[in-house]
Amino acid sequence: MLRGVGKLGAVALFLVRVLGQSVLAFGRPGALARQIYNSGARSLVIIMLSGLFLGMVLGLQLFDLLQRFGSTSALGEASALALIKELGPVITALLFAGRAGTALASEIGLMCATDQLAAMDMMAVDPVRHVVAPRFLGGLIALPLLTAIFDCIGIYGTQLIGVGMMGAEPGTFWSQMQGAVAVHDVYEGFIKSVVFGALCSLIAVYEGFHAQATAEGVGLATTRTVVNSAVMILLFDYVLTAVFL
Amino acid sequence: MRGADQESQPIVDVQDLHYAIGGRAIFSGLNLRVRRGAITAVMGPSGTGKTTLLRLIMGEHAPSSGRVLAFGEDVATLSREQLYALRRRIGMLFQNGALLTDLSVYDNVAFPVREHARLPEPVLRELVLMKLQAVGLRGAAELMPAELSGGMARRVALARAIVMDPEVLIYDEPFVGLDPISMGVIGRLIESLNRTLGITSIVVSHDVHEIGTIADYSYLLSGGSVVAEGSPAQLAAEQREVVRQFMSGSPDGPVPFHYPAPDYYEQLLEQSPP
Repeated sequence: MLRGVGKLGAVALFLVRVLGQSVLAFGRPGALARQIYNSGARSLVIIMLSGLFLGMVLGLQLFDLLQRFGSTSALGEASALALIKELGPVITALLFAGRAGTALASEIGLMCATDQLAAMDMMAVDPVRHVVAPRFLGGLIALPLLTAIFDCIGIYGTQLIGVGMMGAEPGTFWSQMQGAVAVHDVYEGFIKSVVFGALCSLIAVYEGFHAQATAEGVGLATTRTVVNSAVMILLFDYVLTAVFL
Repeated sequence: MRGADQESQPIVDVQDLHYAIGGRAIFSGLNLRVRRGAITAVMGPSGTGKTTLLRLIMGEHAPSSGRVLAFGEDVATLSREQLYALRRRIGMLFQNGALLTDLSVYDNVAFPVREHARLPEPVLRELVLMKLQAVGLRGAAELMPAELSGGMARRVALARAIVMDPEVLIYDEPFVGLDPISMGVIGRLIESLNRTLGITSIVVSHDVHEIGTIADYSYLLSGGSVVAEGSPAQLAAEQREVVRQFMSGSPDGPVPFHYPAPDYYEQLLEQSPP
């Protein structure tokens, strides 16, 4: 228990240090853009494929369910709300933790194991400013963008199956969606994705930065990144959903 | 007069240093002085805390008691900003080079300058090429660290360490894992950089022969303190067993071959646990 509280405190102090240096990271747009590319663009394929397949599954399941109540006209509305408010942010964050989070943790962990971070520190260059802050910001910016792409492709996947295969009315599909999805729904999904982006990036850079300088240490840091990110995403999803309802 | 006083003061002065990790004492009353402009060797068996001593000098660790003075300042009492200001006056060569793997050789050497000074790119290029020329690797400027041999990586790291024109250069095991040619090259570079740039060098090494050819003064550490000091010739002439064992590389002696263990015969007779 005490250990857990101690670790939370250490993470909070680390976050303060990272945030302090993040302001300066905006002064190096090249490094920041590179990290957005690494965390975001390199995760695009898995995010797009997952979004498409999840949308297709939603198209099947929701159509089948709504058909029982004679309300297949609500397919567009139900799928869009499910994706924008809940599934999009959560699934994207979980995938992001598995793809970009592990890459961040292992990259920083290896830099630590090969004395690169120590070398920077000895050259009077703060490794938190140079290595951690751009990666943290890169993840924070990339995840909401990935979530938006996931949502769009998910909706396209639902339409592909629901309308194209199951025979839902296309006009109703889009008009119901347009009428039901309000700005605050999009806002809710956006807030969630920003919070998840901060959580995933923070956990990844923290674990990588504090990895033991051994092969096993880097492996453990990577594993902890995925496990802790997944738990925190689901925990914060509940908290945020409760707040928004 | 004041300048003369400064000249005579040691550039690094370790006074009655005590340091422990996890309850295990690494240093107990270590005293060591590094004279300005000299090449000072710190030798000793593995596990005596030579690298830890360097990290204490660089302010990465704080002593349990005692003081580590660098340029007359107590390193442990410095704020982060003051420590970084101090580190800008010191270059450090890591055992494995510690090159930044995502940057080319050129960018690695340019890295500290880009971080600390705003030099126009043509001036920076001239500076980087000059430092690479000094270590004989101007032709490797565009290579990535993964394409370098161990000796080349260490020379690039050396170019990076001197690019900010430090007053002190610290070498952590610069000869480890190198072939005889690379060892000779590194040894010659340490000596020539020290003489031509007028800097002070601290070299941590096991390599008695190689360090003996370049060091002005040597310290031998064992059991948490200095057991012998003097010029390489003085250390070579030492008759005390602890010094003789290290200098001649004897496998057994005051530093035992066996890690402390219960009696071998009795342990063999013990029943193995179920």
